[in-house]
Amino acid sequence: MTEDTIAAVATALGEGSIAVVRVSGPEAVEKIAPLFRSRLDLREAPTHTVNYGWIEDPADGAVLDEVLVTVMRGPRSFTAEDVVEISTHGGIVAVQSVLELVLRSGIRIAEPGEFTKRAFLNGRIDLAQAEAVIDLIRSKSNRAFQLARRQSEGALSKRIAPLRQKLLELLAHVEVNIDYPEHDVAEMTAAAIAETCGIALQEVRMLLKTAAEGKILREGIVTAIVGRPNAGKSSLLNALAHDNKAIVTDIPGTTRDIVEESVSLAGVPLRLLDTAGIRETSDVVERIGVERSRGALNEADLILLVLNHHEPLHEDERLLMKELAGRPAIAVVNKIDLPGALDLEEVKREIPEERIVFLSAKEGEGIDRLEQAVSKLFFSGGVESDDLTYVSNARHISLLHLAAKSLEDAIAASEAGIPIDLIQIDLTTAWEQLGEIIGDAVGESLLDQIFSQFCLGK
Amino acid sequence: MGYQAGEYDVIVIGAGHAGCEAALASARMGCETLLLTINLDMVAFMPCNPSVGGPAKGHVVREIDALGGEMGRNIDKTYIQMRMLNTGKGPAVHALRAQADKFLYQHTMKETIEKTDRLTLRQGMAEDLIVEDGVCRGVVTKTGAEYRAKAVVLTTGTYLRGKVIMGELMYESGPNNQQPSVKLSESLRKLGLELVRFKTGTPPRVHKDTIDFVKTEIQPGDESPKFFSFETEYSDRANEQLPCWLTYTSEDTHRIINDNLHRAPMFSGAIEGTGPRYCPSIEDKIVRFADKPKHQIFLEPEGRNTKEYYVQGLSTSMPEDVQLQILRSIPGLEKVEMMRTGYAIEYDAVVPTQLWPSLETKLVTNLFTAGQINGTSGYEEAAGQGIMAGINAARKVKGEEPVIIERSAGYIGVMIDDLVTKGTNEPYRLLTSRAEYRLLLRHDNADLRLTPLGHEIGLIKEERYEKFLEKKAKVEAEIGRLKEIRIKPDEEVQAMLASRDSAPLQNTTDGITLLRRPEVAYSDVEKLSPSPVELSEEMKEQVEIQIKYTGYIEKQLQQVERLGKMEKKRIPDDIDYGIIHGLATEAKQKLDKVRPLSLGQASRISGVTPADLSILLVHLEHYNRVTAARGS
Repeated sequence: MTEDTIAAVATALGEGSIAVVRVSGPEAVEKIAPLFRSRLDLREAPTHTVNYGWIEDPADGAVLDEVLVTVMRGPRSFTAEDVVEISTHGGIVAVQSVLELVLRSGIRIAEPGEFTKRAFLNGRIDLAQAEAVIDLIRSKSNRAFQLARRQSEGALSKRIAPLRQKLLELLAHVEVNIDYPEHDVAEMTAAAIAETCGIALQEVRMLLKTAAEGKILREGIVTAIVGRPNAGKSSLLNALAHDNKAIVTDIPGTTRDIVEESVSLAGVPLRLLDTAGIRETSDVVERIGVERSRGALNEADLILLVLNHHEPLHEDERLLMKELAGRPAIAVVNKIDLPGALDLEEVKREIPEERIVFLSAKEGEGIDRLEQAVSKLFFSGGVESDDLTYVSNARHISLLHLAAKSLEDAIAASEAGIPIDLIQIDLTTAWEQLGEIIGDAVGESLLDQIFSQFCLGK
Repeated sequence: MGYQAGEYDVIVIGAGHAGCEAALASARMGCETLLLTINLDMVAFMPCNPSVGGPAKGHVVREIDALGGEMGRNIDKTYIQMRMLNTGKGPAVHALRAQADKFLYQHTMKETIEKTDRLTLRQGMAEDLIVEDGVCRGVVTKTGAEYRAKAVVLTTGTYLRGKVIMGELMYESGPNNQQPSVKLSESLRKLGLELVRFKTGTPPRVHKDTIDFVKTEIQPGDESPKFFSFETEYSDRANEQLPCWLTYTSEDTHRIINDNLHRAPMFSGAIEGTGPRYCPSIEDKIVRFADKPKHQIFLEPEGRNTKEYYVQGLSTSMPEDVQLQILRSIPGLEKVEMMRTGYAIEYDAVVPTQLWPSLETKLVTNLFTAGQINGTSGYEEAAGQGIMAGINAARKVKGEEPVIIERSAGYIGVMIDDLVTKGTNEPYRLLTSRAEYRLLLRHDNADLRLTPLGHEIGLIKEERYEKFLEKKAKVEAEIGRLKEIRIKPDEEVQAMLASRDSAPLQNTTDGITLLRRPEVAYSDVEKLSPSPVELSEEMKEQVEIQIKYTGYIEKQLQQVERLGKMEKKRIPDDIDYGIIHGLATEAKQKLDKVRPLSLGQASRISGVTPADLSILLVHLEHYNRVTAARGS
């Protein structure tokens, strides 16, 4: 029985030094290959090999994580199908972002217990274990159900429900035009469809943006502190740590020797990369070399470039500033307690003024200005902590992406003069995808809507 | 007092739209068939609106025709107006609707039935079923005639314990004052079938000469009408059409209704049956949509040789005197004479989840039900089930597997699957929105979807089938040709594109790419590069639709393919859901009630979750492997 391709995180979330995204199905290799940057095209990888490389978003070339990818072609795999396993760094951020990308590339999220189910159906699991397979499906589904229920009472549902209702009214109107063409209900126009879809699309995009922010709130902003020796990186680190007294974790990385510390700035957790490196050698760039430092810069959600107020710009700093163009970077001009020698005009040419913060880490002066700048950068002018937990997992995010795509298709179709009953296909799909997020059954509600919204009959 | 009255392969009880199709299908498939009706003058009678078709319903008529049924041919012979609806929308929802000469429709159908070999039409009221060891073996009529048969199809419409209601007046009756069928309902109940009480209604009829048409808007038929049957030839299509007329309710109408609500059985509690939401009475509309200032009223002729007009939009069970007041409050009807009073009718229906998708009852082998008895409403819905019940009864008699139309192959399939899987808590009407593959279930391609099946089961004759194959081949060849031809951006092409407000061509392209532009029609491409063989209008239309909507069609085909795997996963008849470890209790109960034939059908039962389906799948695999192991 040929099946579609599914994916899920196969390791316990948040625990362990690595996490694994498992992909199974006929398109596993085909769909993952474009996401995997390596010396070798995954399609050409021999079966049962481990391949080193990076997961990269083909849309913008952003590197999500440094990974090991195992290819196991069926039937010699757990599910007896083609299986690709992506080992990412541990914690939540890397594995979630990789899973999101995988789901965005057209792979479906696995249902609870589905890998095991497939293994069983494909004869990989002994008949005697059938009952155990069922128990696994049942218990995983129950847990997922409870989670979904909690979600359905939550903030996300409150945002999605009215959105769906708007779409449903539109759907009902179009359906009435189709099924009751002679009725005195005004014809829905393509322009009106595009307008409603546009509003819905905006809202979905907002939710996706919130998703990015929500993830940050839960999991922290991956932050790199860079700068020349003596610029004051370690005193900034100490100031941040001291200010908060909130060193949350101390997680040694497993495959690279970067140590992360987590501090809280304006209620936003910052996960500082390579803090040990900063403390020991005072210089990321020097210690791990230019290539690695670029890697660290690519990984970071936020880059704090520490500049010494007391010294003129160094060639390395000029290079770094060029490197940081278009990246979420803040220039921290440190040591303002000392006389200034830094060429500020040149800094302003490279980095927008609102992203330049003056402080003295030693004196603890100006940390609040840094907090504001970070907030502004990440939360478009202020943290709304209540709103940020809406979109919590990869499944929801992938469904939001799909819904956005369907709405875009509907808008494009209405602009291209496609008949309304065909636009309706994309509209219905968007409505169903949003429904899946909040676990709402499709069922009769369209018909209910039609007959409560319109007076029909002979 | 009983006597042996004859032996048949199949007996059909009721000669309405379901019964006629069932009996014709059975007889044409070679079964000796008896069609019993309470009143021979009521064969294929239209007790409500004198029209056939419209969105989804018209699609069903095309499907019946594609399978070799009669409704399409019959309406083509007896229409007084044809209109293609939804022409401004996509091809999937274009829908033909005919006004019928309802009397001619009946006579023509009766004549066809009388002329059909192996089909016996007889007047008689069936009162009891002969059931032996859970198998239906025949029927007994009121006069004591005992007819034996190998299979029985019940198509009793609204006759079962029918009760007519007009205001305070209430009496036992079938539609249009026909005798109701009381004992048969009891007989079904005794067999253990669960029945529900449904309600429907019809508006008053008025005299043409008392209508002031000046105050209404004319609604003419199409100038060059299309037809329902794929067999109807252009030369048959010369029939003078009669118009319908549109008017509206007035403030007075609404006031009269509101003043008399205490006399409306809908609100006084006299009606117990559930009525359809999509076909509400006028009093219901005015109460539920109090803000709507006026409602449409269509005046429709009931035939060529009658003065009777049907008042569409005014279905009501108000008392007769109030009905007359309501009518006379409507512009154009100020002086109208009412010829028949509108009424509501309650009747018994079988809870349709008690049926297999073949329309055979699960409880009584060889007993089939179709039409309004299954909780539907509408002539087309009835006929669609009728032909399937007739086909499957005949196949059962011959020892053949039942024929089940998939949801992706026809509205008939959508309807029957909905009924037997989900049941219905109101009279069921087909709507195009009930079909998840609406784009595949088009009016234009009903033959492509179902004629091969009609031929295989013996309802489509060789001559028609060959014509069908020729059409199919020519369409495919033309699509292939358009793929190959090269269209250069020369003057002629650019001029054509400019005239269609389409962007000029940059590079040489093929016919398909050009035709996919929304502004470009097949006729435009045809002028640039005509087909070497002559193509009919239908063929050209088919080429155009298949090319133009390829993207969307492909999307739906992929969905069908994906879900098709679930449809093919069969569930054994004797499965015991009670013992399946891990299934939720609700799922166990629902599955046991519906007893789905496939995993796909199981997935559409409300209350059966994806986890339940996974568990069922694992169980089936287990079962299969154990069975296989035992076998070897």
